[in-house]
Amino acid sequence: MKKDKKMTLTLPAEELMSPGHLACQGCGATLAMRYMLKALGQRTVLCIPACCWAVIDGPYPYSCLDAPIYHCAFETAASTATGVKAGLEMTGDTETTVVAWAGDGGTFDIGIQALSGAAERNDDIIYVCYDNEAYMNTGIQRSSATPYGAWTTTTPVKHFKDRPKKDIVAIMAAHRIPYIATASVSHPEDFVKKMKKAKAIKGTRFFHVFAPCPTGWKSRPDDSVKLARLAVQNAYFPLFEIEDGEKVTINLKLKEKKPVADYIRLQGRFRHLSEAHIAAIQDEVDARWARLLKSC
Amino acid sequence: MKEKKAKRIVYRSEREMPLMVISVGSQTHNLTGAWRNIRPEIDLEKCLKCGICWKFCPEPAIEIVDERPVVDYDYCKGCGICAEECPAKCIVMAEERK
Ligand SMILES: Cc1ncc(C[n+]2csc(CCOP(=O)(O)OP(=O)(O)O)c2C)c(N)n1
Ligand code: SF4
Ligand code: SF4
Ligand code: SF4
Ligand SMILES: [Mg+2]
Repeated sequence: MKKDKKMTLTLPAEELMSPGHLACQGCGATLAMRYMLKALGQRTVLCIPACCWAVIDGPYPYSCLDAPIYHCAFETAASTATGVKAGLEMTGDTETTVVAWAGDGGTFDIGIQALSGAAERNDDIIYVCYDNEAYMNTGIQRSSATPYGAWTTTTPVKHFKDRPKKDIVAIMAAHRIPYIATASVSHPEDFVKKMKKAKAIKGTRFFHVFAPCPTGWKSRPDDSVKLARLAVQNAYFPLFEIEDGEKVTINLKLKEKKPVADYIRLQGRFRHLSEAHIAAIQDEVDARWARLLKSC
Repeated sequence: MKEKKAKRIVYRSEREMPLMVISVGSQTHNLTGAWRNIRPEIDLEKCLKCGICWKFCPEPAIEIVDERPVVDYDYCKGCGICAEECPAKCIVMAEERK
């Protein structure tokens, strides 16, 4: 070890999430929160509906976050954030960032009406969906974010999910909000950079964050960051941003895409898939990537 | 590191409870190190000081003390991400000594 060498820190050193929280070993959603707060700082209010994060934080009156949290009903993350923002503005506070922080179930399914309403009004909030691709907090039920081929308790092996994942980013882009970004816990520098950029923009900002869940994906806890990285590198979950619903920028250009099989094979939820199924997933990923390249 | 750990405040009745959540580390009374089956051990001799283990710890249970990474075993849950991601492969996951 070089004695006098300094540690390289590629993220802000400030830590607004403390240990002692209740997430499973290797939880991607927890990393996502840690990175977001590093970008936004303490002057942030979080509105969290029912989801794993409503539990991870700790039981009342304890908390692992150094920012206030408003626990709201499952379908109301966006409307709660809108209300909190309006309330703050009435007190003359225009500085505080208001964040709606919800899971994929709370975003793609049950919260989509409130989210669409807030986006259509262009309410001044940041909406973050951490996507673990199922309803994890209640024991791994399928959501419309669950990908094709995945096992969940409501899509058992014999009847695994045979529909593709809903394209939430396209839905949000159709609202023509000022800023949309995808992010992955494997690329925290990119996430922090885009979150800082979003903080300075007024209006509805939407983040779709890829957050591996070893418990629900039946993957090894030490593979969480690796899985997120593979998903970015094989274009299963590409990193890009969309400004004003139109201007698409790919943040990580891929010269060579890795095969999706490497990613699929590390997860127990895909164990039953045959080579033909995986080839079908590869075709779908290739087509999506080609569409994305064409759109910029 | 010790001073940041909160003691658990015990409320005997609902009336004693505060109206608001106490943030600023109040959940640190929960020593999640007890969940661990395997423990990360860092060989500082081989460490590159790249900060990657610190960056990817989901707790976070790796702190930078005197410009080196130090695992806080009171909280480390033993997920193994730090060992998996370390580019110098200088973190090994060893059997937990109970
Ligand atoms: C109206 C309503 N329906 C159902 C529930 C039960 N419930 C709580 S959390 C949850 C799953 C949330 O899934 P997701 O939003 O994907 O977050 P995750 O748990 O995966 O982090 C469900 C179904 C509820 N709290 N409220
Ligand atoms: S179930 Fe998944 S998302 Fe929820 S705390 Fe555990 S690892 Fe995290
Ligand atoms: S094993 Fe997991 S919890 Fe423990 S220090 Fe490493 S990354 Fe953090
Ligand atoms: S990841 Fe490995 S090399 Fe880098 S700081 Fe941590 S222990 Fe040292
Ligand atoms: Mg979910």
